[in-house]
Amino acid sequence: MKRILAVDDSASMRQMVGFTLKKAGFDVTEAKDGSEALNIAKQQGFDAVISDINMPVMDGITLIRELRNLPNYKFTPLLMLTTESGMDKKVEGKAAGATGWIVKPFNPDQLLAVLKKVIR
Amino acid sequence: MSALSSELDHNLVLENVQGVKQFLTFIMAEEEYGVDILTVQEIRSWEEITAIPNAPDYVKGVINLRGTIVPILDLRLRFGLPYIEYGGLTVVIVVKVECAQQSKIMGMAVDAVSDVYSIMEQDAKMVPSFTESDNSEFVAGLVNVGEKMVALLDLKKAMDI
Amino acid sequence: MSIDLSQFFEVFFEESFEGLDAMEAELLNLVPGEEDSETINTIFRAAHSIKGGSGTFGFDSVAEFTHVLETLLDEVREGKRTLTTELVNLLLKSVDCLRALLSALQAEQALDLSESIELRKQFEKILALDDTPSTQANTITDTVVEVNTYQIDFKPHHHLFKTGNEPLYMISELAELGDLEIVAFHSEVPDITDLSADDCFLSWRFFLNTDKPEQAISEIFEWVEDDADITIALCGGLFSDDEQPKQSKEAQTIESSKVNTSVSKNTAPEVKAAINAKVSAPATAVESTSIRVGIDKVDSLINMVGELVITQAMLSQLGEQEITEATLASLQEGLAQLAHNTRDLQENVMRIRMLPISFVFSRFPRLVRDISQKLNKQVELKLIGEQTELDKTVMEKISDPMVHLVRNSLDHGLETVEQRIASGKDPVGIVTLNAFHQGGNIVIEIMDDGQGLNTQKIKQKAITNRLINETDELSDNEINELIFMPGFSTADEVSDLSGRGVGMDVVRRNIQSLNGSVEVTSASGVGSTFTIRLPLTLAILDGQLVRVAKHTYIIPLISIVESLQIDITKVSRVGKDLDVLRLRDEYIPILRLYQIFNHQDAIETLDKTLLVVVESDNQKIGLLVDDLLSQQQVVIKSLEANYQKVDGVSGATILGDGRVSLIVDISGLIKLSGLRKPGSQELIVESQANLEAS
Repeated sequence: MKRILAVDDSASMRQMVGFTLKKAGFDVTEAKDGSEALNIAKQQGFDAVISDINMPVMDGITLIRELRNLPNYKFTPLLMLTTESGMDKKVEGKAAGATGWIVKPFNPDQLLAVLKKVIR
Repeated sequence: MSALSSELDHNLVLENVQGVKQFLTFIMAEEEYGVDILTVQEIRSWEEITAIPNAPDYVKGVINLRGTIVPILDLRLRFGLPYIEYGGLTVVIVVKVECAQQSKIMGMAVDAVSDVYSIMEQDAKMVPSFTESDNSEFVAGLVNVGEKMVALLDLKKAMDI
Repeated sequence: MSIDLSQFFEVFFEESFEGLDAMEAELLNLVPGEEDSETINTIFRAAHSIKGGSGTFGFDSVAEFTHVLETLLDEVREGKRTLTTELVNLLLKSVDCLRALLSALQAEQALDLSESIELRKQFEKILALDDTPSTQANTITDTVVEVNTYQIDFKPHHHLFKTGNEPLYMISELAELGDLEIVAFHSEVPDITDLSADDCFLSWRFFLNTDKPEQAISEIFEWVEDDADITIALCGGLFSDDEQPKQSKEAQTIESSKVNTSVSKNTAPEVKAAINAKVSAPATAVESTSIRVGIDKVDSLINMVGELVITQAMLSQLGEQEITEATLASLQEGLAQLAHNTRDLQENVMRIRMLPISFVFSRFPRLVRDISQKLNKQVELKLIGEQTELDKTVMEKISDPMVHLVRNSLDHGLETVEQRIASGKDPVGIVTLNAFHQGGNIVIEIMDDGQGLNTQKIKQKAITNRLINETDELSDNEINELIFMPGFSTADEVSDLSGRGVGMDVVRRNIQSLNGSVEVTSASGVGSTFTIRLPLTLAILDGQLVRVAKHTYIIPLISIVESLQIDITKVSRVGKDLDVLRLRDEYIPILRLYQIFNHQDAIETLDKTLLVVVESDNQKIGLLVDDLLSQQQVVIKSLEANYQKVDGVSGATILGDGRVSLIVDISGLIKLSGLRKPGSQELIVESQANLEAS
């Protein structure tokens, strides 16, 4: 079973993403901010990471940069959740090592469709 | 005894027939009263009770019914019948009364329980208005069961305190 | 895959309300022009989360509104815009507006969009934006279906794998768009010795025959635009023309049905809300029925239940054995352990409902700001002891009385800036909310450094309202107490803020219904302090068991001042049948509980009974009882659930032996005894001077 780490400070988004992915047959671990996600990611491996950008403690861009520097996450798809108004965030995220982005708002089907680009 | 068992057979036949209700009957001052069996929660023997200050005389007090505080009424006093000492046959019938928007659990102390009858609702007759009896306001109707007459209780009115 | 998004709504609402609270708190803290980036970030994040969630869950009106909010906040965050006081006010209004929208959505009621539209217009004016649609998804056009062949050159840069992208998946996505022909170039792959497995050396050329627009292709490569050389160009068809139309028609119907479903999904919840609103009752306050509990609290509960289970197992094992002296000892030990476990468990379960009072305090910065602006007064609000915990049920009920007291302090207590300067005070008045634990109670103080209560005015008013007689000699404290009397209000004219007839008497009554008390102390020119005292929880009470005739009653320990044997020489009879005990400098009226409760067979001679001196509303009375029994914690049960309110009794409880015992309601008792005139705080006891003379 493919393992995905879902990171969002909003519990409802986290639950929605987690629930959708679990239903699609992924093994999902949830984290509420970048720092918590980084700790989890260091302890166990994931096949993909989906992270919100605006989060307290450690934001998504920093998380992606930190993850990409870890040997185990060199090739791992790292996706960010962003809003359409955050175009420059996409650039910033890419520079930090993000694989791609998912534009909010999205529904469960859109999430799974996008995920197909990097994990099958 | 045989009369009773034939009553019971009669009950079985009438069960589940439309318009038929089962009534638990009890005795007070040699009269038989009936209460819709669906409202009856349980029947308990008389037990020590905590008095409520300044309550009407027919409110005997409250008991602990598995963690809930339940008031007990003396139905004799409620009906204006003479008070008698509680004895071995004295029982408390715990009923659920639907009051305005909520249901209350209450107990009524009566002389003794009697029987369970199935009664066709349309057999119940209105209480004659000329009755002088004090308690006619608490009786919803009268019904004949064999040779006996049973007064069906208007629970809501009887327990409205 | 169909997923019912409504299962996430409750969490979304809960976190959105929390976000709005945080936003409001930060906005109130913020000094325009001196805002620090973390504050702005917190505000931005709250708006951002609400926007993201509302968009996802289909609450479009909220999403659209938060979108402008977010845009503006983003500009502030980026330093492109500075926050002015007007802007902060506008943002605070938006918080209120969003709260209202979300509450309506949560209650599935019709949305009143007028305010959000108005506010949005103001924001858009500030942003100098045209009314642009906020979602791009609306641009669904009926494009004529055309089948084209594209030549796509895709030459990834060496580092492509390190972005986490996988060319293989992109190729299969391309293949889903139509017929795909692939040419791979491997000329750049170096010798095995120089080969770095981390890098990508392959490149591809694709020929794609598709009815999809070019955009569909570029979307596939969207994430790697900067990590590869990509060219997409139209070229002549590779395939014969006759099989195209049929194929494309199918493709189009699928596409359009997809669009439809996604649109209806997005709007569904709000439509549903609007429909339901017609049936449902008009706006009712949303009462929170869920509670957030720290995981540590839950863990400690689980631990305790574990211990309880072990003790129970031990006891049942002992129960199976024959009782000897040895087993009896361990049985007693086990029972002690059980009592200990149960008490711990009880305390911890109660603690679950304990929340810091900051939940109530947090609404005051906003309130004080709004009111002081309205009154043109300068006010600083100090909050002390925000972490003091109290029961959630008490918390929900104490909020309104506190709001009333704070409004009162701002309106009547604090002076205007001019008055303050004239009397040599700091122009900025200070209102302090202070919470702390004292015994089994929580004490909340509401202090202001204003003018203090005007005793002359209060007295005059009380005389006009015939609450007291002109000749009555009252101490300042007694005069101040008058403000808690029904219908009392000293405001010269009824202002918008207080003095609307809903007076201090209601505040006191509400607090008393929580088994609490409220007092006021005041000094002219220095300020006033209202002190609220409340039990920590409404479910449990420390009680003194007393015996009256053959009945056991419980007196709340919190009300008891002392218990004593009556010195008969110090008892005087006042009027027809009231006995008064002189206790040190005070005269304590004696209430015979057996008389008030109408019980027979009680001890009637004063010197053979005990007097429990209790205090309520600043007044002491003595309750005559036959005997004092034990003290214990009791769980309060309602008498009203199955019976009705009983005067002089606040509730019932079940004692260890299963019997029911009634809890005495002190202030109800005073009323019942006829010791107090209706509406008066004064007991009908002849003046002390009279007694002294006799």
